[in-house]
Amino acid sequence: MGMTVVQKILARAAGRASVEVGDVVEPAVDLAMSHENAALVINQFFEVYKGAGLEPRVWDPSRIAIIFDHRVPAESSKTANNQKKVREFVAQQGIAKFRDIRGDEGGICHQVLPESGWVRPGRVVVGTDSHTTTHGALGAFGFGIGATEMASVWALGVALNVEVPATIQVLVNGRLAGFVSPKDLVLHLIGRLTAQGANFKAIEYHGDTIRLMSTSGRLVLCNMAVEAGATSGIVPADSETLRYLREETGVRDEIEVVAPDPDAVYGQVVEIDASSLEPQVACPHAVDNVKPVAAVAGTRIDQVVIGSCTNGRLEDLAVAARILRGKKVARGVRVLVFPASWRVYRDAMNGGHLAALSDAGALIMNPGCGCCLGVHQGALGDGEVALSSTNRNFKGRMGNPKAEVYLCSPAVAAASAVTGVITDPRTLLNHQDTKTPRLAVVVTWW
Amino acid sequence: MAKVVLTLGDDVSTDDIYPGRFMATVLPSETPQYAFADHTAFNARLKAGQIPPGSVMVAGQNFGCGSSREQAASTLQGHELVVVARSFARIFLQNAINLGLKVVVAPGVEAAEGDELEVAAAAVVNHTSGKTFAVTPLPRARQAIIDAGGLIAYTRRRLMKEEPHL
Repeated sequence: MGMTVVQKILARAAGRASVEVGDVVEPAVDLAMSHENAALVINQFFEVYKGAGLEPRVWDPSRIAIIFDHRVPAESSKTANNQKKVREFVAQQGIAKFRDIRGDEGGICHQVLPESGWVRPGRVVVGTDSHTTTHGALGAFGFGIGATEMASVWALGVALNVEVPATIQVLVNGRLAGFVSPKDLVLHLIGRLTAQGANFKAIEYHGDTIRLMSTSGRLVLCNMAVEAGATSGIVPADSETLRYLREETGVRDEIEVVAPDPDAVYGQVVEIDASSLEPQVACPHAVDNVKPVAAVAGTRIDQVVIGSCTNGRLEDLAVAARILRGKKVARGVRVLVFPASWRVYRDAMNGGHLAALSDAGALIMNPGCGCCLGVHQGALGDGEVALSSTNRNFKGRMGNPKAEVYLCSPAVAAASAVTGVITDPRTLLNHQDTKTPRLAVVVTWW
Repeated sequence: MAKVVLTLGDDVSTDDIYPGRFMATVLPSETPQYAFADHTAFNARLKAGQIPPGSVMVAGQNFGCGSSREQAASTLQGHELVVVARSFARIFLQNAINLGLKVVVAPGVEAAEGDELEVAAAAVVNHTSGKTFAVTPLPRARQAIIDAGGLIAYTRRRLMKEEPHL
């Protein structure tokens, strides 16, 4: 019987010829990623060795990545002490893939890993972060685990007792319209699958739309797969994957491409006509509460967030800058921009995108996750409404259970920043005075 | 027999169980104070010691969705709560089992706050309503970790080559 990409990756990582859905395997881990929560992993790691009579050493320091991104620079002495503890462990164990708080490298883990060339097709990537699904964009099997499970990986080098998931094939064809992006596609998918529709399953993306999509866009699709509950989202590696790894990350060594068998068995097939999609918005307080932007257009907003591990890449900042260039953020609206990494920050600076955003009135923040999960910068006041290109809108998500968060693409976020209400970027002209130059740029993702 | 102290709907996220703004607190010994921090009345009862160990929370489908934060499991485990849900989100289920939080999957479970529940291996009996709900056994891969006393003990045994591969 044919295998899906995830089955093939797990079979190889577990040293087996084949695996079937439901098999329990122990895949060797190629890359084990943590962020500030490495402080808890370290605690649990030492617990494992208590009374074992063995020296606590990680199985392979070259395969562990630790990226500070959730609260940078530290917002409290508690965090600063956690970060200090992690630095000491990194030095003690010789962990090389460590990104401290610096302006010349690092950023958000789910951008740093791909752009550093550390994620390869066919590999197993685990992370103490639910959005580790992101790395499936490069044809890897990436999935989120808890801190204690990571301590186990650090000790043994394998993920224990992994069940081979069934796979949902998502087949996307057709050309996305102007100002309709991969974010709109994945929000639509989550609305269809629901927040639990892919729980304990993998999502494998196929179709012409995916084949012609940049890696940047594929990262968005895989990042948000977990919002439908998926263990993993994956785009089987292809020529675009090779282009990205060779040209954008400088990988020189051999890259193995793993494709699904033609007779692979999928538990479910979801077909999407990309050409019929409109910009989408996920409404409070659930990521699967998805509506076309028209249904909520006109909703007043207090804060706009552009960036994050979902939509903080160069393409995202470029489209936001094109919309905001020469315009002003509406009075009473705060716009926070979080580039996904310092490399993206630098590229966006050199490309003039950050200047355009800043001139319009946006705040250019340092790369980081803090605002999205309400731990650092950009907290909301009671009754306030945020429109954000991030990935979650659960109650309390941006630091206040009495506030609301809507999720959207960078284009919808930028257009709405101008008007102060949720706005379809394609109708922005209607909100402008007649002296404003016509919005001539139509962005496509092909 | 144990009392139902909280009932919840579908898709309860880990942000709800353990809000992000408390995530700088990581140690299992320190997380229990923030359990359901935004459910202020319930959190106050927990902190006041008014919820006896072994009390039951009953939830709908996909309990623990969202973030992989392990604090969401340790914060409930610290109060020795039992979570009965129609289904659990994958990462939360694994974190719960790894840490020893008691979780029970009962796809048809129905209960109201104050109901008296008997939670057994094969079934959950609601003695207040008189209804019995079948329990779905945990996956074999998870049960092995429970049997070992949690993932730390399981991993330690594997390191010392005392625990066979599944």
